[in-house]
Amino acid sequence: MSELRYTQNTQLEQLHARYTGTGHPDITKYEWLTHQHRDTLSSIVGHPSLLAYTSIADGECQARERFEIIERMLQPCGKPPGKTED
Amino acid sequence: MHLLNLTLSPPTNISTAAVGSFSGTKGQEILCVRGGTRLEMLKLNGQTGQLDTICSAEAFGIVRNVAAFRLAGMTKDYILISSDSGRLSIIEFVVEPTPHFESMYQEVYGKSGSRRVVPGQFLAVDPKGRSCMVGAVERSKLVYVLNRNSEGKLFPSSPLEAHKNHALVTHLIGVDQGYDNPLYAALEVDYTESDEDPTGHAFEKTEKYLTFYELDLGLNHVVRKWSEPTDRRANLLVQVPGGQNASSDRFEGPSGVLICCEDHIIWKHMDADAHRIPIPRRRNPLAQRGESSRGVIIVSAVMHKIKGAFFFLLQSEDGDLFKVTIEHKDEDVQAIRIKYFDTVPVSSSLCVLKSGYVFVASELGDQNLYQFQSLAEDDGEQEWASSDYPENGNSDGPLPYAFFTPRPLQNLLLVDTLPSLDPITDAQVVNLLGHASDTPQVYAACGRGPRSTFRTLKHGLQVNQLVASPLPGVPTAVWTLKLTDEDEFDSYIVLSFPNGTLVLSIGQTIEEVNDTGFLSSGPTLAVQQLGNNGLLQVHPYGLRHIRAADRVDEWPVPPGNTIVAATTNKRQVAIALSTAEIVYFELDEEGSLSEYQEKATLPANATSMSMAEVPEGRRRTPFLAVGCENQTVHVISLEPDSTLTTLSLQALTAPPSSICLAEIFDTSVDKNRPTMFLNIGLYNGVLLRTVVDPIDGSLSDTRLRFLGAKPPKVVRTNVHGSPSVMAFSTRAWLLYTHQDMLQTQPLIYDSLEYAWSLNASMCPDGIIGISGNTLRIFTIPKLGEKLKQDSTPLSYTPRKFVGHPYNTIFYVIESDHRTYSTKTIDRIVSEKEASGARVDRAALSLPAIDFGRPRAPAGRWASLIRILDPIANETVSTIELEEDEAAFSVAICYFERMGGEPSLVVGTAVQTTLVPRACKEGWLRVYAMKDNGRTLEFMHKTKTDDIPTCVAGFQGVLLVGIGKSLRLYEMGKKALLRKCENTGFPTCVTTINVIGARIIVGDMQESTFYCVYRSIPTRQLLIFADDSQPRWLTCVTNVDYETVVCGDKFGNIFINRLDSRVSENVDDDPTGAGILHEKGFLMGAAHKTDLVAHYHVGSIVTSITKIPLAEAGRDVLVYTTISGAVGALVPFASMDDVEFMTTLEMHMRSQNTSLVGRDHLSYRGYYAPVKDVVDGDLCESFGLLPYPKQQAIAADLDRSVPDVLKKLEGMRTANAF
Repeated sequence: MSELRYTQNTQLEQLHARYTGTGHPDITKYEWLTHQHRDTLSSIVGHPSLLAYTSIADGECQARERFEIIERMLQPCGKPPGKTED
Repeated sequence: MHLLNLTLSPPTNISTAAVGSFSGTKGQEILCVRGGTRLEMLKLNGQTGQLDTICSAEAFGIVRNVAAFRLAGMTKDYILISSDSGRLSIIEFVVEPTPHFESMYQEVYGKSGSRRVVPGQFLAVDPKGRSCMVGAVERSKLVYVLNRNSEGKLFPSSPLEAHKNHALVTHLIGVDQGYDNPLYAALEVDYTESDEDPTGHAFEKTEKYLTFYELDLGLNHVVRKWSEPTDRRANLLVQVPGGQNASSDRFEGPSGVLICCEDHIIWKHMDADAHRIPIPRRRNPLAQRGESSRGVIIVSAVMHKIKGAFFFLLQSEDGDLFKVTIEHKDEDVQAIRIKYFDTVPVSSSLCVLKSGYVFVASELGDQNLYQFQSLAEDDGEQEWASSDYPENGNSDGPLPYAFFTPRPLQNLLLVDTLPSLDPITDAQVVNLLGHASDTPQVYAACGRGPRSTFRTLKHGLQVNQLVASPLPGVPTAVWTLKLTDEDEFDSYIVLSFPNGTLVLSIGQTIEEVNDTGFLSSGPTLAVQQLGNNGLLQVHPYGLRHIRAADRVDEWPVPPGNTIVAATTNKRQVAIALSTAEIVYFELDEEGSLSEYQEKATLPANATSMSMAEVPEGRRRTPFLAVGCENQTVHVISLEPDSTLTTLSLQALTAPPSSICLAEIFDTSVDKNRPTMFLNIGLYNGVLLRTVVDPIDGSLSDTRLRFLGAKPPKVVRTNVHGSPSVMAFSTRAWLLYTHQDMLQTQPLIYDSLEYAWSLNASMCPDGIIGISGNTLRIFTIPKLGEKLKQDSTPLSYTPRKFVGHPYNTIFYVIESDHRTYSTKTIDRIVSEKEASGARVDRAALSLPAIDFGRPRAPAGRWASLIRILDPIANETVSTIELEEDEAAFSVAICYFERMGGEPSLVVGTAVQTTLVPRACKEGWLRVYAMKDNGRTLEFMHKTKTDDIPTCVAGFQGVLLVGIGKSLRLYEMGKKALLRKCENTGFPTCVTTINVIGARIIVGDMQESTFYCVYRSIPTRQLLIFADDSQPRWLTCVTNVDYETVVCGDKFGNIFINRLDSRVSENVDDDPTGAGILHEKGFLMGAAHKTDLVAHYHVGSIVTSITKIPLAEAGRDVLVYTTISGAVGALVPFASMDDVEFMTTLEMHMRSQNTSLVGRDHLSYRGYYAPVKDVVDGDLCESFGLLPYPKQQAIAADLDRSVPDVLKKLEGMRTANAF
């Protein structure tokens, strides 16, 4: 079924490349969750009041909070699961 | 329900700032982004040494980054803004005729919203102003070339892409290469490999790259020029000057970048050897053996060029400033040096002004302006240089720690502070002053850590009292007089009593004088310095013109008559007689008063009259206004060809008590010259303000305002050198021009009977007033501030506070994460001393407000309960909690056992960690209130298994939200006794509101739940209704029995209402059996609340209070935000108003007033569509539109422009301020 992506709509892959974070039919739970987390973390960084809120709760300064959040985007949900055999 | 959103006090938090010469004139301005949504231009006032706000504008979008840039050959900086609008905005700051921001370009490049791959998070400008780069957190980077077209107008090119997939960007700046091709540097991490490696090795080995992107101006193309791994913990890049000087061949600097990492700073450039130095750190006196402390990062940086040299100021997360210099020969770096400079509050931006000041835009709390005293050149402070380390510090592994000792300011001097409310963590709006105030005050817990404060905000202008001295009687009026026209200062103070007149002379001291020629045996109606050197006294039986020490001209009234009202200016005098006649005098060539032959007759006796000052270069003012007892005001001509003919007449709703004509500047009426306003105080306490037409004297555009229960007296004065009007009712009010708009504000002062401006050498811009039988001299130090602040310092971040039920006492809970409590400090110090280790007590005794507290690892908390007297602004006492125990919730509860006495319950938790949300143990502490609430007596504490996030009193028992459960406790002898619980809440209970028998529980992520308590047949807490939308709640307030208003974590405010039929059914169900057996709906409770109103405020709402704000006003919802703003949602009174304001809002939206090009409708409906709330701030910007546009909109609304403005003002003043 995933072959449809390449045959029926050739633009789709291009669109996926452009819009990072867009899902597809074969997305794994881990991939989806990682996208969600990265989106959320970048949204916290991008909204000054949300960043201030988290930094007050955490007792850190905003620059540290911003830095740690961007760092966390590298692997927000831990190690990826191993490849399964199907 | 339809609501109008009004900002009462704009946000104060500065999220980012940029310095530049935006006005194009000499000197620099600072552009601040307040609360992420508001642009404000600050300029240093050279005379006062204070920062003045010269312009501010709402952006109606989230401003993420600002930068100043200057095109080659220009003297003016433009403003570049990246925002959540998906556009790059170029804005010009225009000074003439009034300072304002003008949007030049809105370049669309992506979707709106602060998204992961849409550029906007980073904004870098080429130092020569040729191009700029906007970057996203991930992948996207766009480069714009900034050109000028043939007309010299700026225009950006189409964007060039420099994207890299799967790359996370930590920071992005422009590199200074002089006039070589523009170069940008980015810190990038690629996550491709770590995403695919289940072993985690790739994640461990992921490197951070310093990447240079070059814009080839010739080919119009961006290339990824150079990329090399750098420190994994690099967080910030700083531009280093470079390029050759145009006149000499000298290099400005070595170019490249400073990479700020955890504990290190690296200088790096393409293909050059790096230099590395440590970031000096404070010794942690509490560090225990084996405890590794976390590295220090640089949070903000600024580079400053001075006379061909340059240096950097870098600020660490403790607030310490370091001075970094680079020793270089042409482009070769020989060493970089770092030394401790000073300690200032942790900033979001540092702005150095060329005039030798540094503005520290602190990330939270008051912002400070400092003046450089020295540049720390030879101060003996230890310096670390890269050349002192092997391989210029580039050896593997970290460099040895560099320690310094923080000390009080040495190189900087604090010159000005901008008070800031942010963050407001909790607030209450209540009138605690009783009869002393007719409006409520805002009590706000503000700030973070040691800089926290508790602030009282009162509406009005602050008054600085200089003199308050008793008088022999109760005077009715006071005036000041100059002796001659040329005098700089006033010489006499004239006081009129019912039975006499007192003249005081102003010299070194103020003393009574008797040889002035004034009649002292009776009252006085008016005094005036007339012509060049004459003085005039108007008393009930005539006029006294004192022309010299020995020459007095008298004009007696006709026998049997008296003067009832009089008005004077430098050349003209008009009096009203008790026979309802007006007599008019004018100064003639010889300097004597000549009477106009005819008298004008009025329809009724005059109550008051007024003339404006003689305009500059004219012989007379053209109009006289007279208020009559038959509820009319007449405007009478004084021009020679139509003297004493009535020009216009206005009927009033009550007899006028006092009137005053004054020429005041207001751009909303006339943008070029002052407008003549007629101010009429009525006996019913209303002040009317109408505009007098300068040609024919007709009256138009009447505005009403209720000032107070007392008939207002209206007087013309001067404040800060510009004409203004004061009105005295139960409060004193001032009408003045601020930022070219007319403002009406009360003074926070005792009620005054009368006042006059006073200009004396000891007090050049003062006001002299009378209050009862005392004479007051005062000044108004700062105009334009709507809310006066009084603050009390706190120790830790305030979390919540509650008020005593009937005494003016607040209980504030404060807790700080990652902080050692005093008990912990004492324990560690004594342990260390016992083991023979030396403890640096000096480091512990540094004032925390300036230097912060030693940083502790996560899970360490410091917390206390504070008893605070908000009227006296003082702390009554504090109760420190145990080690690492932090207070999270507080409530007043009436327990049955306590016999009607209130108790204070505080929910605390020990060793709380936020990720994951957990604690060692939770406690519910119960305190009895003694001594009118001024002391708390500890009764007992009860252990809980999770953090008690909220507590509330409910019908003699206590409700506690603990994790996912809501529990009910009864008071026992030694502990609280758990009676029942409901564990059916999805995430975590964050708020509990009790209204009657109903409990409204707010969940952390899933909005509100309506619950009831049933004790028959068994004790049960039952949920009967919930919300159909997920909401991440921050605060909930009851509006009425069925309705709640909530704020959420994304900056929304919304109102939910339960169907009243459901509400009744539930209340009629005594056992709860009906609720229990109802079928759930949409995987939740059987009933759902309806969304009544929704609005995106733009900042997280932290508290909402329902209270009437204005005297005789309706209930409004007052909210506070984390950015320090105070706003109100005002309910509309009629559907006509709703229709009018909605239509006006629609027209205003189509005007695209947003400076960042954000679509207003989508901004206010950021997360959910805006519903039934009109943006009053947008509507009020109608007044700033050019007149033709105003006229077009007004025509569509079937009204005139002044009508629309009047309506807008009325909407605000009727229910708020």
